Amino acid sequence: MFARIMERRPSRLALGILTTIVFIGLMAPLIAPYDPAAQPDIVAMKELPPSFAHPFGTDPYSRDVFSRVVYGARLSLLIGVLATVVSLTFGVAYGAIAGYAGGFVDAVMMRILDAFLAIPRLLLLVAILAGWPRLSIGALILFLGLTGWFGLSRIVRGQVLALKHAEFVTAARALGASRRRILWRHLLPNLVSPIVVAATLGVAHVIVLEAGLSFLGIGVPQPGASWGNIIRDGSDQVAALWWMSLFPGLMMVMTVMTLNVLGESLRDTYDRSA
Amino acid sequence: MIVAFVAAISFALIHLAPGDPFSAAMDNPSVSDAVRENLRVQYGFDRPLPEQFARYISQLARGELGWSFSHNRPVRDVLAHAVPNTLLLMSIALIASFALGILVAVVQVTRRGSTTDGVLSGLSLLFLSMPDFWLAILALLTFTYWLPVFPVGGAVDPVMHEYMGLGGRILDRLKHLVLPALTLTLLAAATVARHQRAALLDVLPSDYIRTARLKGLTERAILRRHALRNATLPIISLIGLSFPALLTGAVFIERVFAWPGMGYALVNAIESRDYPLVVGSVIIGSVMVMLGSFLADMLYAWADPRLRAG
Repeated sequence: MFARIMERRPSRLALGILTTIVFIGLMAPLIAPYDPAAQPDIVAMKELPPSFAHPFGTDPYSRDVFSRVVYGARLSLLIGVLATVVSLTFGVAYGAIAGYAGGFVDAVMMRILDAFLAIPRLLLLVAILAGWPRLSIGALILFLGLTGWFGLSRIVRGQVLALKHAEFVTAARALGASRRRILWRHLLPNLVSPIVVAATLGVAHVIVLEAGLSFLGIGVPQPGASWGNIIRDGSDQVAALWWMSLFPGLMMVMTVMTLNVLGESLRDTYDRSA
Repeated sequence: MIVAFVAAISFALIHLAPGDPFSAAMDNPSVSDAVRENLRVQYGFDRPLPEQFARYISQLARGELGWSFSHNRPVRDVLAHAVPNTLLLMSIALIASFALGILVAVVQVTRRGSTTDGVLSGLSLLFLSMPDFWLAILALLTFTYWLPVFPVGGAVDPVMHEYMGLGGRILDRLKHLVLPALTLTLLAAATVARHQRAALLDVLPSDYIRTARLKGLTERAILRRHALRNATLPIISLIGLSFPALLTGAVFIERVFAWPGMGYALVNAIESRDYPLVVGSVIIGSVMVMLGSFLADMLYAWADPRLRAG
């Protein structure tokens, strides 16, 4: 599957850009010229426009925006990946149980899912996060993950439901395989493709959500450097501090767009082979 | 039933959160504990949880959403002023984005495989990947500071609006509406264009399209008369699916353009820790989205002749 999407030029380009951004995130301490939280001189060095010393300028607290954007890559990707791991765990487990159990259990589990799906994810997160003053990043990741599995578990349930009566499953059952073994060894391997697609697009979605929440002031706590936080710090004077919204935003759009390109080409190849 | 569930979730959230509106973390630390206790009793925070829940639900059923501490007014009144502005923004964006999205998709499918097709696909993916608030900030920067053609924010000019004639007032409102509506439209249109392009490409290999082509119809007539009509149903289900994104987009866009709608009220409520207003907005927002999807379902049933007959 992977080799096939690499035959396309947009996918190759996207993967190249994404690898670079991941590299920037991993190597953040080596790339960033300054400490992202340091406030060297809050009077003389605040709100400086881009220059050689500060390629993306400085913020109202005299912090170097370039260093913050570099560390932002690390934080945003980390949050995106970890939250998606949480979502995948819940989504796959919930969907597989509902699909495999079937009947009444399935019906109840799906109605609960409908109710959660009815609330827009951002609003749900706002309702949760606004109630907790000063939340840690770990808790933020957990909540982002816990609100992101509803769609995936539907897909998983559908697949499990469709495969439940396939001949290879009946054969495994006839050979005396336990339920757990059937789910893990026979059903899950058939779900890898949709899960990979959902994970790729999911990371992109979480990055946008985290940025939005941080922009509203209820995401990553200060002085953490996330792309959304940087834009929030400059949002009172959008015109005067244009470098504070332009550069982190560009990084974010590049990251999200490459993830979307990869996710969609994965889906295309998977749809065609299915 | 789903509304009740949403209410239950929101109630659980309120009470899972540490403290209440009167604890020191939320409130002025110089207020004495005795005063705090009094307020708790006055607002019923001292009762057992099941009783509080029962009161909460019965209040909700009567349309009471609680008291907004930052506005010092009932949440219902605050939202009653804000929701129409949000609905205006969302409806304009809904109509405009579907018109634009379908147009883009038709252009793409007519020239499929061409550079135009590729560029438009790339553009729609770009808008799809953009955080709503960032596009809003870009629009704000571009059209109010670098090319000052539109006002900075709000729904009307704060000083001059009162002194304008009727025509002037309408023009003033329109000018303030353009940027928020345009931003939301572009964001929503990206999704529509992508889905519609895929839906049209799905329909094109059908037998009736081949028949139409054999009759000698032009490609344009085939698209308009045959393909687009059969791709209407996916559009309608897409309308239902687009409400959450429209509402979420409206929250951020209202924040950036200071558009006095529900999203703006919600964001200010977050900043001032006005939790009843936060929860009230979340409930009303969810209800709006549910009603929207419900209406789209009805429309779907009406538009599909197979369902209409049965």
